[in-house]
Amino acid sequence: MNRKVLSGFVLGAAGLTSVMARADAISAAGAAKSSFDPIAVGMFAFFVLLTLIITYWAAQRTKTASQFYAAGGGITGLQNGLAIAGDYMSAASFLGISAFVYAWGYDGLIYSVGWLVGWPIVTFLIAEPLRNLGRYTFADVASFRFEQTPIRVLAACGTLVTVAFYLIAQMVGAGALIKILFGMDYMYAVIIVGVLMILYVTFGGMIATTWVQIIKACLLLGGATLMAFLVLQAFGFNPAALGAKAVEVHPLKGAIMGPIFKPGAPVSTPISAISTGLALMFGTAGLPHILMRFFTVANAKEARKSVFYATGFIGYFYILTFVIGFGAIVFVSTNPDFIDQEKLKAGATVITATRGYPNMAAPLLAKAVGGNVLFGFISAVAFATILAVVSGLTLAGASAISHDLYATVFRGGKAEEADEIRASKIATVCLGIFAILIGILAERINVAFAVGLAFAIAASCNFPVLVTSIFWKDMTTRGAVVGGFLGLITAMLGVVLSPAVWEGIFGNPKGSALVTLDNPTLISMSLAFAGIYFVSKLDTSKRAAADRAGFLAQYVRSQTGIGATSATSH
Amino acid sequence: MVASNLEAIQRNPKYQQLVSERSSLSRMLSIAIIVIYFGFILLVAFAPGFLGAPLAGGVTTVGIPIGLLVIILAFALTGFYVYRANSEFDALTQQIVRETQR
Repeated sequence: MNRKVLSGFVLGAAGLTSVMARADAISAAGAAKSSFDPIAVGMFAFFVLLTLIITYWAAQRTKTASQFYAAGGGITGLQNGLAIAGDYMSAASFLGISAFVYAWGYDGLIYSVGWLVGWPIVTFLIAEPLRNLGRYTFADVASFRFEQTPIRVLAACGTLVTVAFYLIAQMVGAGALIKILFGMDYMYAVIIVGVLMILYVTFGGMIATTWVQIIKACLLLGGATLMAFLVLQAFGFNPAALGAKAVEVHPLKGAIMGPIFKPGAPVSTPISAISTGLALMFGTAGLPHILMRFFTVANAKEARKSVFYATGFIGYFYILTFVIGFGAIVFVSTNPDFIDQEKLKAGATVITATRGYPNMAAPLLAKAVGGNVLFGFISAVAFATILAVVSGLTLAGASAISHDLYATVFRGGKAEEADEIRASKIATVCLGIFAILIGILAERINVAFAVGLAFAIAASCNFPVLVTSIFWKDMTTRGAVVGGFLGLITAMLGVVLSPAVWEGIFGNPKGSALVTLDNPTLISMSLAFAGIYFVSKLDTSKRAAADRAGFLAQYVRSQTGIGATSATSH
Repeated sequence: MVASNLEAIQRNPKYQQLVSERSSLSRMLSIAIIVIYFGFILLVAFAPGFLGAPLAGGVTTVGIPIGLLVIILAFALTGFYVYRANSEFDALTQQIVRETQR
C-alpha cells in the first residue's frame, strides 16, 4: 500500500462524511423529506466501513492487470456464484418485483421467470468457452481469431452502451430509494453512490468488487429469507392460507392469482411477449459485467460451478420475492399507518395509496413484520445492493476502455501493464463522474425501461457476436462488424421509436410511434444474426480466409482449455 | 499451440467423443429451456384464463405451480449439465490433455 493510495482513501472518506453530514443537516432542516432513520443510517454506515476496509485490504493485492481485472483468477466457484448473484440481483429486482407482486400479484412471477431463464443459456453455451478463450473481457473471446481493431471497437461500443443504460437505471433507482429510505436529498444520494463506487473499483479492482458483491448477496439473501420466514410463520407455514388472505384483502381479489395484463405488464401483445422474452433470455448472456465474472475463477470447471450456484441463489431469491409481495398485500395494505388517507379519500385503492408507491412494498413489509430494526436493515441492504451492482458495471465499462480500446486499439497491444492499469483507473473515475452527472440529469427516467434497453442491446449486439464467434467456423471480421453494429443500432432505434419512449417520454401523439413492439429484440437480434451470416458468407477477402483458418485452433482450445490462460495469483 | 498438436488432438477419438457428446447435450438442453420458457410465455399471452383457473377449488391457480416449475426446471437443467460436465467431460478432457503432452 503506497502513500498515494492511502491519501486517496482518506480524502475520499473525508469527502464522504462531509457529504453525509450536510445531507443530514438538510434533511433535518427541511422536514418535507421522509423521516430520517438512525437505525438504517447506522447499519448502512457499518456496511460502508466494512467494504472500505475490504477495499484497503484488496488494494494491497491489486498490483498486476490480472489482479485488477480478474482478481488474479483466485476466486472459487462458490464465491463467484455468490458474486454473480450479487451482481445480478439488483435493487430494481428486489424492490421492483416485490412491488409488482404487491400491485398485480401473479404478473410479478412472469417477470421473475424471465430474469432467471438466461442462466441455463449462459451455462450451456457461454461459460466454458468464455473461460477457456478469454482473459479479462468478452472482447478477448469475440476477437480471438479476427482482426483486433474493428472487433474490439464493436465490443467496446456494445459494452459501453449496455453499461451506460444499466448504470443510469441503477443511479436513478439509488437516488430515489435513498431519498425515501434515509430522508436524504436525491443529489447527495447519487454523489455518495458514485464516490463509493469510484473508491472500490479504483483502489480494490476486481478483488474489492467481488467481495462487495459477495457480502451484499449474503445480506440480501439473508434479509429476504428472514422476511419470507416471518410472513409464512404468521400463516403456520401454509402458503395457501397466505394466498387466501391476500385474495381477501387485495382490491383485485382473485384476479391476482393469474395473469392480468395491466399497463406496465411485460406483455401487451403476443409478439411483444416473445420479443421481451428474447431480450431477457439472451440479454443475460451478453451483459459485459456478468461475462467478466467468469474470468475471476481458475478454470472452466469452476466457471461452470459458479453459474450453477448463481442460478440456485437467484431462483431461490425470486421465489422469496413472490412470498414477500404476497406478505406485503396482507400486512402492508391492511395497516392504516402505511396508507395515505388523503389519497384513499381521493379514490385510490389501498395499493396505490400506499406510502412510497410503487417501490416501497418490501421495506414497509419489513417494518410491519420486524419493526424499525428490520426496516433499517432492509433499507441498508437495498443501498448496499445498488453499490455492488454499480461497482461491477463500472469495472466492466472501465475494462472495455482500458483493455479493449486503449491497450489493444490505440497501443496495438504493446501497452505496458502499468499504463494499462492506470488507464483503467482513469476510466473508472471518468465513468463514476459520468454516472453521477447522468444520475442527477436523468432523475425522471423510467428505471425499468432503461434496464430493458440494456438487455435489448446486450441480446442484439454482444450475444450474437459472441456466440457465433465461438461456434461458427465461417464467420469473418467483416460479418461480425456489420452484424454487430446492425444489431446495436436497430436495437437503439427500436427503443427510441417504441410507443413507451416516442409517445410516453417524448410526448408525441398516441399512435404515432413507428414501431409497435414494446421491446425491439425480436427484430434487432434477428438482423444481427442475419447480418453476421450473409456478410460472412459473401466475404471473399484475404482477411476472411485467415478468420476461417483460425477457427480450428480456437475451437480445440474452447473445448479442451489447452492453452487457456492459467489463472494464478502472482 | 503447434499445428501438429492440433491435428493430433483432432484425430484423437476421445476428443471427437467429447465434442460430439457435449455439443449434443448443450444443444438439447438449450432447446429444452427455450421450449419451456417460450411455452410459458405463450400460455401467458394466449391462455391467461388457463393459468388463472383455480386448482382443486382453492385460491391457488394452475399458473402458480407452472411458474414455480419453470424456475425449478431452469435450476435443475443447469445442475444436470454441470453434473455431467464435471464428471464425464472433465475426465475426458484430462485424458486428452495428458495424451497430447506425451
